[in-house]
Amino acid sequence: MNKKIVLAVAPIITFIGLVVFFWFALDNDPQKLNSNLIDKPVPEFALPSLQNPEVVYTEKDLPKELFLLNVWGSWCGPCHIEHPYLMKYSKQYSVPIVGVNYKEKVIDGLKFIEEKGNPYSMVISDSDGQFAIDLGVYGAPETYIIDDTGTVRFRYVGVIDDRSWHKKILPVIEHVLGKTLKPIESTE
Amino acid sequence: MKHFFAALMLAISFQVMAVIETYEFETEAQEQLYTEIIHELRCPKCQNQTIAESNAGLSEDLRYIVYQKVSAGEEKRDILAYMQQRYGDFVLYDPPVKPSNYFLWFAPIFVFIIILIAVLARVGRRKVTPDSSDDTEEL
Repeated sequence: MNKKIVLAVAPIITFIGLVVFFWFALDNDPQKLNSNLIDKPVPEFALPSLQNPEVVYTEKDLPKELFLLNVWGSWCGPCHIEHPYLMKYSKQYSVPIVGVNYKEKVIDGLKFIEEKGNPYSMVISDSDGQFAIDLGVYGAPETYIIDDTGTVRFRYVGVIDDRSWHKKILPVIEHVLGKTLKPIESTE
Repeated sequence: MKHFFAALMLAISFQVMAVIETYEFETEAQEQLYTEIIHELRCPKCQNQTIAESNAGLSEDLRYIVYQKVSAGEEKRDILAYMQQRYGDFVLYDPPVKPSNYFLWFAPIFVFIIILIAVLARVGRRKVTPDSSDDTEEL
């Protein structure tokens, strides 16, 4: 009698288990890769500033506080969508954003920030894409959260917009800082 | 219909071969090593293509890095490690066995063993009652 109940219930439980498993797998985007750099220092680099090509930046010139490292290029469609949000959040929050102009001629990168505005505290020109490869970039835009010790804490692949800022980026920033961040009062 | 499928297959097969650039190597061995490595690395941008097959910009860059490293006389092991450091196990078509993927490697064997035990238990419990009367009569 007992055995019959077990035999009857087992397939149902297996089925429910699979449903739960696949339900969670639905949220799992196969395009998303885990960064291999998490909890590791930012790779070394020596690259010119986009605006002043005679200035060479290295990893030592990066902000000494928590900052975002945003990989972009004007050739990248989603980067155009992301740009207004970076403008907004660079004004609203006191978190510096460092730009990495990825695989692009200096003149095209410059044109982009001159026409659309510059949300970045500094822009590194990675015209041959080597720094991006060291970062493990596989698609632009990508945004890295780097803490005050220069350690990579998080990588976000995709466009930063209101949703991803509040759901993905800001919670990690607040977690790393150990405090909640309030937007700076807008002057509008 | 047959011809249609033949044409379709042909069309697909051309796509797979589409790699643009060619590199000059000093030795035949280096060229072979290069070909071998680019067929073992997965394009991080794509889902299931080697960097040899993919014409994504990133694959092109990665092929160039492999070319540079092979030309510089680096070993295959080091080149794969270089890629793995940056893109994780995902880039390797032959990923290492480690705790995070034990489940994938061993689940099939595990399930097989469970089935084997279940089957053996059932077979063992079954009462074998040959109809001996029939046999003896025949004899």
